Amino acid sequence: MSDNAATVEAKLPKDLAAEKGLVNVQIDGVWHQLPRGMRMIEACKIAQKEVPHYCYHPKLTAPGNCRMCLVQMGMPPRPAPGQEPTFDADGYQPIGWMPRPVIACANTVTENMGIRTTGELVEKCREGVMEFLLINHPLDCPICDQAGECRLQEFSVQHGKGASRFVDMKVKKPKNVDIGPRIRLDDERCIMCSRCIRFMDEVAGDPVLGFTQRGTHTTLTVHPGRKLDSNYSLNTVDICPVGALTSNDFRFQMRVWFLKETKSIDVNCGTGSNITIWTRGNKVHRITPRQNDDVNSTWMPDSHRLNFHYIDSEARLSAPLVKIAGTHAAAHWNEAITATVTALKTFQPSEIAIIASARMTNEELFLTRALADALGTGQFTTVPRTGEADELLVSADRNPNTTGAQLVWQTSDTAGAMFGIREGVRSGAIKALLVLGEDLTDAGFTAEEIAKPEFIASIQLLAGPTAEASDVVLPGAAFVEKRGSMVNVTGRLQRLNRALEPLGDARDDWEILRDLVLAIQGGQPGDGPATIEDVFKSMAEGTAEFAGLSLSKIGDLGQPVTETGIKIPLLENERARKAAGLING
Amino acid sequence: MAVVKVTRPKLNSGEKMYLGAIMKGFVITMKHAIASLRGKTRGASDLASSGLGATMQYPEQKWDEHLPEYYRGAPALVTDEQDRERCVSCQLCEFICPPKAIKITPGEIPSDDPWAKVEKRPKEFEIDMIRCIYCGMCEEVCPEQAIYLRKDYAITGLSRADMVHDKKKLYEIGGKRVGLVNKWNELK
Amino acid sequence: MDLATLLIILAKVIGLTFMVVLPLVPISVYFERRFSAIIQDRVGPNRVGVPLTLLGAKKDFSFFGLIQPMADGLKLFLKEDFTPSHVRKAFYWLAPALTVVPSLVTVCVVPFGSDLVVNGEHHKLVIADLDVGPLFIFAISSLTVYGITLAGWSSNSKFPFIGGVRSTAQMISYEIALGLSIVPVLLYYGDLNLSNIVQKQADNGWLLLPLWGASAPWNNGGDYTAWLFWIPAMIAFVIFTTSVFAETNRMPFDLPECETELVGGYHTEYSSMKFAMFFMGEYAAMVIGSALVVTLFLGGWSLGFGIDAAISDVTVFGVGIGGLIHMAIFMAKVVAFILFFILVRWTVPRFRYDQLMRLGWVIFFEAALINVFLAALVVAAPQYGPAITVGGLIVLAIVTGALVWVLKVSERKALPAAA
Repeated sequence: MSDNAATVEAKLPKDLAAEKGLVNVQIDGVWHQLPRGMRMIEACKIAQKEVPHYCYHPKLTAPGNCRMCLVQMGMPPRPAPGQEPTFDADGYQPIGWMPRPVIACANTVTENMGIRTTGELVEKCREGVMEFLLINHPLDCPICDQAGECRLQEFSVQHGKGASRFVDMKVKKPKNVDIGPRIRLDDERCIMCSRCIRFMDEVAGDPVLGFTQRGTHTTLTVHPGRKLDSNYSLNTVDICPVGALTSNDFRFQMRVWFLKETKSIDVNCGTGSNITIWTRGNKVHRITPRQNDDVNSTWMPDSHRLNFHYIDSEARLSAPLVKIAGTHAAAHWNEAITATVTALKTFQPSEIAIIASARMTNEELFLTRALADALGTGQFTTVPRTGEADELLVSADRNPNTTGAQLVWQTSDTAGAMFGIREGVRSGAIKALLVLGEDLTDAGFTAEEIAKPEFIASIQLLAGPTAEASDVVLPGAAFVEKRGSMVNVTGRLQRLNRALEPLGDARDDWEILRDLVLAIQGGQPGDGPATIEDVFKSMAEGTAEFAGLSLSKIGDLGQPVTETGIKIPLLENERARKAAGLING
Repeated sequence: MAVVKVTRPKLNSGEKMYLGAIMKGFVITMKHAIASLRGKTRGASDLASSGLGATMQYPEQKWDEHLPEYYRGAPALVTDEQDRERCVSCQLCEFICPPKAIKITPGEIPSDDPWAKVEKRPKEFEIDMIRCIYCGMCEEVCPEQAIYLRKDYAITGLSRADMVHDKKKLYEIGGKRVGLVNKWNELK
Repeated sequence: MDLATLLIILAKVIGLTFMVVLPLVPISVYFERRFSAIIQDRVGPNRVGVPLTLLGAKKDFSFFGLIQPMADGLKLFLKEDFTPSHVRKAFYWLAPALTVVPSLVTVCVVPFGSDLVVNGEHHKLVIADLDVGPLFIFAISSLTVYGITLAGWSSNSKFPFIGGVRSTAQMISYEIALGLSIVPVLLYYGDLNLSNIVQKQADNGWLLLPLWGASAPWNNGGDYTAWLFWIPAMIAFVIFTTSVFAETNRMPFDLPECETELVGGYHTEYSSMKFAMFFMGEYAAMVIGSALVVTLFLGGWSLGFGIDAAISDVTVFGVGIGGLIHMAIFMAKVVAFILFFILVRWTVPRFRYDQLMRLGWVIFFEAALINVFLAALVVAAPQYGPAITVGGLIVLAIVTGALVWVLKVSERKALPAAA
């Protein structure tokens, strides 16, 4: 204190903040230094003072139409001409509180501003707003799917009056409206926050939603002749603060309070959107995006989030199968592994090829490499899988872990051996195929070619042509049943977490691979790595990019491990809008 | 919790002998035995005693007439005056049920149903009566006045599957209940 | 020994052990359940009977539920006889037998009635008319403790083990009081043959009811010895009865199997008939204990008041069935005493283990010891004259006082430090 007391005294807090490009804001009596131009609602979030809101979303513009985020604001009184501003002992000017509230979502902070998120005025305002919002709300929470994660429910408990004074008839609006292939609209529940309208306009770039009518009759509708059929439409369900928009897929399936949340990542394309898997018992009920501003912001495509029903479908394989005299029979794991290894040992290493997948985790790819080494074959590959990028989140690379395969196998072209293997199968030089989590049809094999090899063993999730052709089928785990890591197209190492136990007798793929390697090397069960963490550790020892990392160190949001130069278009759009001051989050 | 110190009563040598107290105990015990044999047990008439002690002879005599208003028997689903299933499968009872006896599979009401505006009803509703502890939490939590604890207490079955009450059985026990709040009236 | 004698002995063994004592076990179980129910304002088992309604009759024949013990026995027979894998098998299997067999063996010296006269031959209604009856009973019944200890130990499980240890300590402790308490009785009769003891009581008044025959002062010229002896006899009776309770592990001394602390005590790991044998052993011990008390203190098979001789002479079709009538009297007394057992069980709460030990070692042991001298004084008084008797009494009083003082001093606890 004594050393630099003089300098502190010389500079007022506003000058100190200004040096860093910040301003001083008093929030509920505590002074904070915050960037100039920040929305008050974001400032309050930083100060850990919750301001209830409906229409504001950090990734969307703020129209300020729900009026829920009203707070009391104060500024230093404007000095009379010739009067010098006064400063108190701490160097702040006195705050003159305004008699009327302001909305926190659309106003920005300035120097020496005061914000009160509590107090009689603010609480009265919230109570009034809640009462207005509930006037026409049907209060059908026992039926509504949003119940349990409904902002209207939460805020009416926290800030509402508890009873309604409204004695007139409620306005009737369309219910159960089919506005798109995946979405159902209930206009009575809608509180006119316009989040969905803004999302479709600003993020999805497909402005099909809008309000019609006026006053209490305001109705959310889809543009005549159009449907809400964008591949991002289900994000409107996520951001809808009430149950006005519900997903057809999840509608009336399960109450959200029964669901267990598991943080994981999407595996449908190279972007690797961060997701939350919602499960009850051993069943996935829905998948929603999880905020990660370096991958998917807070969004994800519908095609990816709905792609989980195969996990417990009829086609799912749940027990190891060994083909005896042309028909598959269920077997024990030991028998299946032994049958595979015994058969493989009858071939020369050059006659064996491994078709792995860039849908596998890094750990599985690492063990695949170990398997190839144990067999002595150099012929192993992944199957490239590309599609059309959509300029938002869907990447052209439809394999989630191509970058990871490149890092783990230390090669820039993991599918390089693909052509050679296909030729070898065609010519008969390759007599045994080991197919790991891939479909041979996807890999470009025709039906005759699939029938050619003398022996095929495959790790499969679903019944299909590959499983049908395999002499030994080893049932693997789906992405929601796995723990492991992947690297997305931008070079970010991310983690999958296990939300379910593998179905039936199915096993985690890395365990199958470990057992195969052990059986080929003649090791005892239990010799290999016991946990997936051990596998990651051995992998990190051999891969420079993963050095010093472990599965738990990856964290929920991932770690950048390499630079690929690929950008995610949606994030670029978002950065541009943020730079333009349209959004704040 | 406050600690209350109780001093032991000082016993005189007669009391220390213990025999007097035992004799007194014998008298009390025998008094009960004799009153019981004479059919004069306290509360025998209130409890509809069969003559010996205060016990009712169950299959011959039954509680039914004496069940208090607040008796909690088997939980059951009810329909209202218009024969509408009151349950909308909000699953709050499933959530609150302490022994997890309730299992609901929600379902959508088809659009051609007269009650299509209610939108949701249970596709399946199962209460495992082996698990049920008759606590009445489901009745208390129900926002639709759809589940009630009835006075049925003789719930029996020959297998575990018998003891699981399905939706049909639950409505059979519950029957129709009139005079409830009609949330889904013609205005709605 | 000819064949006829052998057959008679066999008939006695089978008749008395398996047709008199063993049926008493289920009967006492039934009484236990019924009586305890009545005490607690309940009904108890009253249903099991002949299901006549199945055969089309209007009403079942329930017979007050007397068939309940049979149903219980059947149930125990049909239960799975499960041997846990962690037990020491040989001992585990031996233990139930060791519990039930000694109880039944002791039956052989108990006189069930006076003589049965067939073809002018007198047959005593006792299997073995030993001259060391009480000693034999103590010797054999103390073997029961092995069964319980072995059961507790071989079960290889905590609660049975604690139960077994408790039982061992308890039975050994109370055997001392048990043995010492009947010394005055034996002093008084000067005989160890139980048949003779009962015969004497039948002729001269029961030990606790000296109102006829030679014990009544108006019959023997003013000898009040029998009446004076009532005091040591009563003390002996109380100590003996209490010790019998302890020996049979009955309430209030059922610490070896107290459910609230030890699950089931030493028989926690037993099921089916093995458990039933413990159960039977316990109730058989109760029957034998009652029989012993009745025999020693309450006149055995005699009805009293000098009419036993007349009963003995009742003859029907040339067979003297007086013995059978006496046996019925004996059984009635035993059942009455069993009812007393039950009454005690539902009246007196369980002791704490230290209280139990204190009662056995500090109170009953000393009391029984002093009682021996008191009885000796009473018995010897007529021979030695008043001076020596009074002197003896004074010495006894001083010794008793000293004992009580030592007891008090030893019990004095260190005062807790002032708070």
